[in-house]
Amino acid sequence: MTDATPQMENVFFEEEEEKAGPGPRGGNIVGDELARLVQKRDDIVVLSADMGAVVAKLRELRPDRYIELGIAETNTVSVAAGLAASGFLPFVLSMGPFGAIKCAEQIRTDLAYNELPVRFIARLSGLAMGFFGPSHHAVEDIAIARSITNLTVVAPSSDNAFVALLRSTIDHPGPVFFRISEGLDRELYPQPPAFERGRFVPVRAGTDVTVIGTGVGVQLGLAAAELLEPEGVSVAVLDAAYLKPFDDEGVLRAAAETGAILTVEEHNVTGGLGATVAEVLGRNGAPALLRVHGLPDEELAVGVPAALQEWYGLTPEAIAAEVRQLVADRRATLGVASGGA
Amino acid sequence: MTALSADGRTAVLERGRAATPDELARRADWIRLQTVQLIDRAGLGHYSSTFSCAELFSVLYYRALRLSPGDPSWADRDRFLLGKGHVATGLWPVLADLGYFPASYMESFGQIGSPLSDHPNMRTAPGIDFSSGSLGHNLSVGVGIALAGRLHGRDYRTFVLTGDGELQEGQVWEAIMSASHYGLGNLVAIVDANGFSGGGPTSKAMNIEPLGSRFEAFGWTAREVDGHDVEALSETFDSLPDPGSDRPVCIVARTIKGKGSKMMEESPQAWHLGLLAPDQRDQVVREIEARLP
Repeated sequence: MTDATPQMENVFFEEEEEKAGPGPRGGNIVGDELARLVQKRDDIVVLSADMGAVVAKLRELRPDRYIELGIAETNTVSVAAGLAASGFLPFVLSMGPFGAIKCAEQIRTDLAYNELPVRFIARLSGLAMGFFGPSHHAVEDIAIARSITNLTVVAPSSDNAFVALLRSTIDHPGPVFFRISEGLDRELYPQPPAFERGRFVPVRAGTDVTVIGTGVGVQLGLAAAELLEPEGVSVAVLDAAYLKPFDDEGVLRAAAETGAILTVEEHNVTGGLGATVAEVLGRNGAPALLRVHGLPDEELAVGVPAALQEWYGLTPEAIAAEVRQLVADRRATLGVASGGA
Repeated sequence: MTALSADGRTAVLERGRAATPDELARRADWIRLQTVQLIDRAGLGHYSSTFSCAELFSVLYYRALRLSPGDPSWADRDRFLLGKGHVATGLWPVLADLGYFPASYMESFGQIGSPLSDHPNMRTAPGIDFSSGSLGHNLSVGVGIALAGRLHGRDYRTFVLTGDGELQEGQVWEAIMSASHYGLGNLVAIVDANGFSGGGPTSKAMNIEPLGSRFEAFGWTAREVDGHDVEALSETFDSLPDPGSDRPVCIVARTIKGKGSKMMEESPQAWHLGLLAPDQRDQVVREIEARLP
């Protein structure tokens, strides 16, 4: 992150300064944060569709604030709606592949249409459960979630990003959908950054190409930028933690500043981050080169997440190659001879 | 009977209000007449499934529910959720009559921007405890509201009116399971068992009987009642177990789709959704008015 990356103000717990340090690999930032939250507020309830292990700590602290609903995701969302309509702030824990896809109608009709304050936590999104078969890929959830009116959609890129998003949306009156990938191993933020609603967070400054990533895409984009630095390619990296509302102005600023944008996401290229950026550029007639780096709209392979990321080019090296191509395309567009000094 | 809430701030219509069977039966027919008028104004609506639950609306809103029309969000009110949201047309005149909103709200019924629509919207219509429209959701929502009542230590009841066709939705059975798992004696499901869904007889589309024993098998207490017998309905609601008890209650109200109009009773499906021609409308109105003093 750049020095310019704004830090999160202490908007959450006014009585004390709390900083979440970098989460350990394999940690449980969701469980940790919810356990902290339930001690601070009396309106928290956590609903689980057989995901209770995540909140073991909370269950010890406040067993009455944990409601297990079994392997019944749609019922869980609607039960949460009833609790929210009765003054609670419910958190729904769900596995990514069975979150937005299975519960799209309940999220739309019960939560979003009624603007109820429910926090939907879709863990293990993207390819995180790809070992278990095509049923366990969650690569359509951004497209589904961002087309739902009144739904705020966020995707943390690291543990501290999750903490910041959770805290900064805590008093939002409507529903918030958290899309959480795995493999967020690198802590991008020394402490929870200040996420302004609907705005990108600048992670790295650069002048040649702007990489806009979401979720694990931010980490990959930053690693690619670092690979390219010795080559003299200057890459800006933006964290699209907010997928809805979306930072249209941030896209247009990137288009104006670098003229070349690469989006990176662990999601189908149809309807995801790249498509959203393309919509913004198209609607505004903004002249910029755009490459969309994500998962192809085809039957996806099955394997452990790291192997799948390698297979589909969700690696710093593959992303660096995309950036190099953009730089070449940009030079060609500008009429500058490429390939040599 | 109107009383004040414990904090003295809210005028409360208590449970078990005095209402004679004649009054409740007349109120049901009044709901049918109002339904015909509203649909006539909007140009389209659900007649026969509203007619089948007119007595249920009458007994619930004029006797059984603890209500606070002047303070629709009063925390201790009984909640009523309209799972079969397509019968909201029958609820609008009731809520206006009780003072939830001015009767003038009904003038725009069905028009763009109206607070009142074919299905109820909690964000626009005072007195609606939860929106509905997509069948199968509201019993789950009712479980959430009943759980909230337990967590808040309040003794309100949550009533959810479903159709028998609605029980074909799988989510309903997830809700039924969770209600008994959590011992929600403060939750009451009322099935308007008129035997028809939109496409024809429920039994032909997908059999869901025997309803009572299915609920019992899921850990509920089930009661069968004639859904047009206002005395039987009053007794059933008056004798509900304490909200603090540990078994949710299902009231299977056996009803007739289109009840109260010979033409609709004979062809309930023809009048599930539609618009009566003027001569048909006048005939239905005359038939109902003939029963009223």
